[in-house]
Amino acid sequence: MADQTLPIGGSLDITPERSERQTLLEWLQAWVVTVDHKRLGILYVVYSIFFLLVAGAEALCIRIQLMIPNNHFVSPETYNELFTMHGTTMVFLVGMPILFGFGNYLVPLMIGARDMAFPRLNAFSFWLTAFGGLLLYYSFIGGFGLYGMGAAPDVGWFAYAPLTTKPFSVGHATDYWALALIVSGFGTLGTAINIIATTLSMRCKGMTLLRMPLFVWLMLVVSALTLITITPLTAAQVMLLIDRYLGGHFFDAQAGGSAIIWIHFFWIFGHPEVYVLVLPVFGVASEIIPVFSRKAIFGYPAMVAASAGIAFVSLGVWAHHMFTVGMTSVGNTFFVLSTMLVGIPTGIKIFNWLATIWGGKVQFRVPMMFCVAFLFQFLIAGLTGIMLSVAPWDWQLHNSYFVIAHFHYVLVGAIIFNIFAAIYYWFPKVTGKMLSETLGKWHFWLFFIGFHMTFDTMHFVGLLGMPRSIYTYEANRGWNHLNMIVSIGAFIQGIAVLVFAFNMMHSLRKGKEAGNDPWDAWTLEWSTPSPPPEYNFATDPEVYSRRPLWDIKHPDDPDWKYE
Amino acid sequence: MRPAHNYGHPIETGVPRPPHEPMPWVDPATNQTPSTNIDTKQMKSIFREYGARAAGLSLLPVLLAARSWADGPQTTPSIFAPASTPANSIFGLSMFVLGITGAIFVVVGGLLAYAIIRYRAKSSDDASEPPQIYGSVQVELAWTVVPILIVVVLFLTTARIIFAIQDAPKPKDALDVTVVGHQFWWEFRYPTLGIVTANELHVPVSTPQDPEPTYLHLLSADVDHSFWVPQLAGKTDLIPNHPNETWIEPQHTGLYYGQCAQFCGVEHAKMLLRVYVDTPEQFAEWVKDQQQPGVQDPQVAAGRQIFETHACTNCHTIKGTAAGTFGPDLTHLASRATIAAGAAMNTPADLHEWIKDPDHYKPGCLMPAMQLSDQEIDQLVAYLETLH
Amino acid sequence: MSAIPVTPVTQEWTLPSRGRVGMLSLIIGECGIFTIFVVAYIYYIGKSLSGPTPQQVLDIPLFNTICLLSSSVTIWLAERQIERGKIKAFAALWALTMGLGIEFIIGTALEWHKLIYLDGLTVRTNLFGTTFYALVGLHATHVVIGLIGLGLILLFTLTGHVSEQHTERIQVFALYWHFVDAVWVVVFTVVYIVGR
Ligand code: HEA
Ligand code: HEA
Ligand code: HEC
Ligand code: CUA
Ligand SMILES: [Cu+2]
Repeated sequence: MADQTLPIGGSLDITPERSERQTLLEWLQAWVVTVDHKRLGILYVVYSIFFLLVAGAEALCIRIQLMIPNNHFVSPETYNELFTMHGTTMVFLVGMPILFGFGNYLVPLMIGARDMAFPRLNAFSFWLTAFGGLLLYYSFIGGFGLYGMGAAPDVGWFAYAPLTTKPFSVGHATDYWALALIVSGFGTLGTAINIIATTLSMRCKGMTLLRMPLFVWLMLVVSALTLITITPLTAAQVMLLIDRYLGGHFFDAQAGGSAIIWIHFFWIFGHPEVYVLVLPVFGVASEIIPVFSRKAIFGYPAMVAASAGIAFVSLGVWAHHMFTVGMTSVGNTFFVLSTMLVGIPTGIKIFNWLATIWGGKVQFRVPMMFCVAFLFQFLIAGLTGIMLSVAPWDWQLHNSYFVIAHFHYVLVGAIIFNIFAAIYYWFPKVTGKMLSETLGKWHFWLFFIGFHMTFDTMHFVGLLGMPRSIYTYEANRGWNHLNMIVSIGAFIQGIAVLVFAFNMMHSLRKGKEAGNDPWDAWTLEWSTPSPPPEYNFATDPEVYSRRPLWDIKHPDDPDWKYE
Repeated sequence: MRPAHNYGHPIETGVPRPPHEPMPWVDPATNQTPSTNIDTKQMKSIFREYGARAAGLSLLPVLLAARSWADGPQTTPSIFAPASTPANSIFGLSMFVLGITGAIFVVVGGLLAYAIIRYRAKSSDDASEPPQIYGSVQVELAWTVVPILIVVVLFLTTARIIFAIQDAPKPKDALDVTVVGHQFWWEFRYPTLGIVTANELHVPVSTPQDPEPTYLHLLSADVDHSFWVPQLAGKTDLIPNHPNETWIEPQHTGLYYGQCAQFCGVEHAKMLLRVYVDTPEQFAEWVKDQQQPGVQDPQVAAGRQIFETHACTNCHTIKGTAAGTFGPDLTHLASRATIAAGAAMNTPADLHEWIKDPDHYKPGCLMPAMQLSDQEIDQLVAYLETLH
Repeated sequence: MSAIPVTPVTQEWTLPSRGRVGMLSLIIGECGIFTIFVVAYIYYIGKSLSGPTPQQVLDIPLFNTICLLSSSVTIWLAERQIERGKIKAFAALWALTMGLGIEFIIGTALEWHKLIYLDGLTVRTNLFGTTFYALVGLHATHVVIGLIGLGLILLFTLTGHVSEQHTERIQVFALYWHFVDAVWVVVFTVVYIVGR
């Protein structure tokens, strides 16, 4: 089955033969001026993996510093820069671009389109995002004007005012933080608009909204959420720059400005933002789990409704990051309720995945292993989220390592795990080569063990009263051994990531040929050659159900009979 | 380039005291000098439980174990060793929530584990696909309704505790303290008692016969900070232009550790905080001491002279002489166990080093090195040492 | 491998225009930005520690408002003309729209000139100054961007590059202009009515 060409458009390759001998310059030029959604998708992913290494290296420095109490590995200033840059990079230069990269690559293929709705806007968005990333890192050189070396932003990724105002944040580091995120924010906005227009206006014949693969649905929901999520951040950062450069008073306590309003604005962005990160990987899991369980996704309409529900509710929960700023008891109570409500649609998703596995024939290939680990970890992360949403308990847990543990459980345990799953799953489509299964298993187990050593232990450090953002701690607090375990775990994760990087490079050259459809999957992208030709489909595909390739492979029992 | 810093030696022991004066408020019964001993014991219990956790159990047993050390002040500021009214009710609530979430974890996690074991593909399987099931409205409804019920329970319990803590009526004889957060130290003012001090807060113990909670009014002089003493209460932020309030009602005397919990700049990590819970008698005595003006000992006039003729007076207050407010009030400096918000011990040697180069203990802190000779500093220290 | 089996009836297949979808998405995003600025404005009404206050210095820009709002009508009429292929009428109405937009910008410039040089109100003066210039300035920036777009299209029209087949694109652009006008209603209400 695997290598047969399926009678959907992709079988005909109509791309003109590319000339064999391409100079390096031509090759480079081809990548820089490209407007092809697949190339841009790859660029996004490569860009993000690069920054994953950078931000991961920053995390390792953090962990070396905290390994023992009163350590002198880095100075306090450097430490503050490290965690600020680590958080900012991971969220804005790793999480968002990699997920939009997958969206870019896969959405047109999955809906049977030849490209995105606005290819040139697409390229522009990518380069804006990339430029934003460079700008952020340029601060290492330019943060203090050009004299004096490196001063990266050091105000935390939440950058609470008034710490960011001129009197408390001299130099230009904070300006780089704001500018870089405004620039990459516009890039993200462009991509979001593009994905919405693509999914709504470019679907192939028969691809009704309720037949779109769940990944496409999730990208649509995320893009819509992005529109109203990124823009408040942009607005708040513009205000910050008005304060810093034009002498405005938005966040200037001396002139009656408010510190609280920044906190509100940041989390009005910040909370939906974390769902912007997690929803696409829900999409990834919703593609991978059915294929490796050999069953259709359970409760498709419920999955769609739950995703939209999560996005909607997530707009009204931001102040659960602010239980300690002194809101009224009624205010606190409201946000407790709205936050807990998110658990309901999220639970629906978890249960549907579970039901998809139930009664299937689960094949533990590497993508599926990452997805199963994701299910466990996300369950725990969600439950610690519920603990944090209990306001009085949050008065204790807020800004402690328990919060750090909670969100790494989601950001790493759910998002990074699923990103790895996605890379193992779609790498064959993108490159035509399989990733090594053996190295993949090493990668999985090392990362899994490292992950649990690091982030399980962090919960306990937090419960024992260790606050976040501290460059060092007292020796008598009972945190020493636990911190050591956390750090060792981080290094094991580091090794796992290196194994992964090696696997990618090795398999790219020496990997097994993948063929069109190595996983015996059901969505349209697997009907094209690997890698897909420039125009994706020679003829426009036409679909009759959610699993077009299932229909073709099982003509006796096609899905459209049941929908 | 930044200068290479060497920031100070670690503070190894939990309850150092100024060498020249017994500290009347330390209750020997509860405030044993913490030894590494206790530390390892705690660690061991965590490790043991941690292993159990790794084996897939819920957090519950660990946290219950944590409870067993909870009969007074600790050097580990565990939130599961509460010693004050709000912290106690939070603890109770947290155990309840932990129970419910733990149960959810066991059920859902168990189902998942069962599913991946029971339904894994076996080599004996034929090539056919398993039956395709597309969904079921009833099942879907069931797993929507059950979580809704759980959320209702969690929400109502939480709401009750929020109101109980936040809207608790303030008793008439409660002690009022104004806490002002500074980059990177704490200022404590007792408006009704006319006391101003820094970094080490003294409050009376509250007993059932004589309940005496302390109400803290939280202000900030510059950026956001957060007041957190885990064993006494949850944290509340200190935000410029936004006065906040919180309260504690400690039931055991002794020394409690806390620290600033909102990132506030370079030295956020060394914005430590101590709360001494005194018996009523000790507290009364402390208050009496603190209300005295600065001691004027002619033997250290030289040091006093230096203090008053250098910029020290711009930033520090010593009642009767200097009146600066940018730095901590030094009127009763010698009555404190630590200096610079816990960054160093209050010993002559540490004081000397601090005045010579504050960056040694706290690189980036807002007190400048004053460029004094070692001899001048010695005289200064001798003077500061007399300020009980 | 067999071909696709007897399939269910294939329905009509129409999809929304991507231009419209894209523009509407952009507008939703812009709403996010404006919402935050409006919220900040409302939050800081009356919180300034020093003068001048809005009552003292703001005049209601009635003429400006009428101009900007009527430009929405003229652009709508222009859309009508291009649909019918009447390029000349289109160009005339389009130019009128632009004129009204330019009038608005000039009006705003005069208002700011008065505020800065007569009343001494700048971004630095107080919270009112900060929020006022930020919000009104943000809107004015959008008008300017709109004017640039209008200008380009006018240029293409006059050089004969615009015909009936560009109706769709022109209507998509017009959506943006309608949005800019609609936002003014909000800004006007907040700044000159609620805030004064
Ligand atoms: C992708 C990222 C992601 C995701 C998905 C989540 C998901 C959730 N988060 Fe998390 N969170 C972060 C990333 C994320 N979070 C980050 C980055 C921070 C810190 C930022 C910073 O300060 O720097 C943070 C901080 C944070 C806080 C603030 C803590 C503090 O600073 O004091 C809170 C408080 O309520 C919270 C709650 C929740 C909840 C309730 C969910 C829910 O969505 C979880 C829902 C899931 C479940 C509940 C499990 C499955 C459900 C069932 C099995 C059904 C049955 C269950 C019930 C009925 C309860 N999060
Ligand atoms: C997607 C988001 C994401 C991801 C994946 C991670 C991954 C990790 N994070 Fe991150 N973290 C955040 C988002 C994320 N984090 C955020 C938002 C904050 C808050 C910031 C703030 O408070 O402002 C934070 C804060 C944060 C802290 C708290 C700092 C503090 O408050 O003082 C810590 C401490 O241990 C930490 C550790 C780690 C570790 C060990 C990993 C590991 O999983 C990393 C594993 C990866 C590697 C180890 C890479 C390995 C690479 C190499 C070994 C090669 C290096 C070589 C070259 C560069 C060529 N993180
Ligand atoms: C520019 C202001 C400034 C000047 C001048 C200054 N200090 Fe300080 N001082 C501070 C600040 C701020 C702190 C708190 C530092 C911290 O904890 O981060 C401090 C802390 C201290 C402390 C520790 C107090 C405590 O309770 O923790 C002592 C002692 C001290 N200063 C003595 C001196 C002496 C002696 C001089 C003069 C030689 C001096 N200071 C000059 C600002 C100043
Ligand atoms: Cu003060 Cu952190
Ligand atoms: Cu949140």
